[in-house]
Amino acid sequence: MIKIMLTSEKIEYTDRDTGKLGMWLFLFTELFLFGGLFLIYAVFRKEYAHDFHLGALDLNALIGTTNTVILLTSSMTVAMSLTAIQTNKPEKAYNLVLITVILALLFLINKYFEWGHKIRLDIYPGSDLMKNLPPGEIMFFGLYYVMTGLHALHVIAGAVLLLIIMRQIKTGKINQEHFLSQENGALYWHLVDLIWIFLFPLLYLVT
Amino acid sequence: MINAITTNPVNYLNKKKGLWSWLTTKDHKRIGLLYQYSIMIFFFTAAVLGLLMKIEKFAPGPTIMTAQTYNAMFTIHGIIMIFVIVIPGLSAVFGNFFLPIMIGARDVAFPRINLLAWYLYITGALIALYSQFAHGHSPDAGWTFYVPYSVISHSNMVLALMGAFVLGFASILTGLNFIVTIHRLRAPGMSWFKMPLFPWAIYATAWIQLLASPIIGITLLMVVAERVMGIGFFDPTLGGDPLLYQHLFWIYSHPAVYIMILPAMGVVTEIFPTFSQKPVFGYGAIAMSSLAIAFIGYFVWGHHMFTSGIGYYSRVFFSLLTFLVAIPSAIKVFNWLATMYGGSIDLKTPLLYAISFIFLFTIGGFSGLAQGALAANVHLTDTDFIVAHFHYIVFGGMGFGFLAAIHYWFPKIYGRMYNLKFANIAWGFIFIGFNILYFPMFILGVEGMPRRYFDYLPRFQGLQEISSVGAFILIIGLILMVSNLIYYRYKGAIAPQNPWHGVTLEWTVPSPPPEENFEEIPVISDPPYQFKEPVRN
Repeated sequence: MIKIMLTSEKIEYTDRDTGKLGMWLFLFTELFLFGGLFLIYAVFRKEYAHDFHLGALDLNALIGTTNTVILLTSSMTVAMSLTAIQTNKPEKAYNLVLITVILALLFLINKYFEWGHKIRLDIYPGSDLMKNLPPGEIMFFGLYYVMTGLHALHVIAGAVLLLIIMRQIKTGKINQEHFLSQENGALYWHLVDLIWIFLFPLLYLVT
Repeated sequence: MINAITTNPVNYLNKKKGLWSWLTTKDHKRIGLLYQYSIMIFFFTAAVLGLLMKIEKFAPGPTIMTAQTYNAMFTIHGIIMIFVIVIPGLSAVFGNFFLPIMIGARDVAFPRINLLAWYLYITGALIALYSQFAHGHSPDAGWTFYVPYSVISHSNMVLALMGAFVLGFASILTGLNFIVTIHRLRAPGMSWFKMPLFPWAIYATAWIQLLASPIIGITLLMVVAERVMGIGFFDPTLGGDPLLYQHLFWIYSHPAVYIMILPAMGVVTEIFPTFSQKPVFGYGAIAMSSLAIAFIGYFVWGHHMFTSGIGYYSRVFFSLLTFLVAIPSAIKVFNWLATMYGGSIDLKTPLLYAISFIFLFTIGGFSGLAQGALAANVHLTDTDFIVAHFHYIVFGGMGFGFLAAIHYWFPKIYGRMYNLKFANIAWGFIFIGFNILYFPMFILGVEGMPRRYFDYLPRFQGLQEISSVGAFILIIGLILMVSNLIYYRYKGAIAPQNPWHGVTLEWTVPSPPPEENFEEIPVISDPPYQFKEPVRN
């Protein structure tokens, strides 16, 4: 019933397709994680359409646009780094990942000033000003903080992954033949970018 | 087939020694055992809490604890039992141990992530347990964390919520690992429909773990945000909506019921053919009904909210779907019965547990349909009836599935036999104790005894006492069962490679299996469950 094959070859457990399948499945779970917030957003947007319009007027679309450009550019550089490693240019790949990390930092710095500005204006959950706003605006700013906050955590996680990848390029662990972890890191970074592409219009451009 | 009485001198248990080799192991079999031991310990902790609640209910009025303690007890009992034991339970223990062997692989696809998942699991479980003993009040909002109470309660809710969140993350990683393993590491020749049915069940479970757990993750984080930052998504005074929480919670937690029960169905599907020496009846139907349960299970969450104020048409819709999900479950039951029909039945302990699984699962399933009907639901919501129902499903289903699995695979895991007679006696105690404990709760519920009440009217006392006596019988049975296993794990007779004459791949490797399972990866040419040679018992 069961024939035994005469082979002593070991199975390569982390071949490229296996590793990538795992990463794609993980990305699905991330989409579902944000999906819960998008669902809440949809419910309250329908209920408080006008308040969401007013809330979005208070957000700085310029900073939002800048951050969008920054993330889109970083997605490009991380994709270029992958091409570089595949064509055996580790130095170039290293520098491109480094640029990606710098762009991630720029994004976070912008975010810091944006949040800081809001908090100085007394717009944060539980502040005296917020208590007197109409409920729709309270929901809007609640969503603004939770969604961009969770996204910022993902930016930080992605940047840490990229730092590990930089180290692995330096030590030669990532090379022309073995670049699975870099590929997965890049996939993750694209996800971080993609989620922002949805957050940006939903929060900044709904006016 | 030759069943030489041999032990396997060098195996996964003794190849490497010392605690450190266990804590750093990447072997799926050892990780399975790590889960098993941790689950056993947590199970007895939570079972004792359950027993204490039953002692409290022996007489009306305060008996051994205050109302607040009782609230904390059912909360922590629920959190540990649901999130730490039954959700990961079967797939983390037996999925880890036997999935790779049954599909002819040397390990799971990502062994390191597998170990990471166990550490996350332990971390989450300890956080949940710590919430009980940390400074301040023990959590008292029930395992469902319903808002608004979970937001305003002055107890260690944040710790409990974070514990459940971390446990969810461990569950996601386990599911992800199994999906990739089944897709990529099946032995040459093992096409999807030549795969045994336990891996099929694990596959369906893994998809639910992967796709549903992130929803509970974000929902629990939102409750934490409510408590810590006062965001207000679920708070009507700030414009939020508490009903949204219930939707989000049950979008995960209903599919989670199938995370619990599907692997148990997979286990008994392995046991029936082996102990009937007959190919499983309706292989395709069983495999597909697992996927159907997983799929339909996503769209029935509203039946937890019939009395919460959701719309009339959505109630009809959810009620209809609830009835639909019963169909694939019933398909399985009929297939199991047909598998036994005309077989040469060998009534040993694993089969006893498997048959009692059908018995209890059927009672649990039908009582579920009673609540899926809109009119009956209004009467039965939040009574002891629902408590009896889900204990019949979760304990009678998943729990008995777990016990069936442990008695079925014990000789393979440890290479020793337990005492069958003693195991049957323990089964008798567990089965009888279980029914005495939970069946009266159906009647109490119909008569109007609310769930989660620490006190009751004197007219309920008779049935409450019967139920409490059942709890003692059940605990005695569990102690007998575990002591049998622990004693014979060291002192038992050497188990042959294939004591039950099974034909799936795990019975082709020595007991206990060697470190990498297979010297040579097998090549599969036939469908599973081909019992070619008649065996005399």
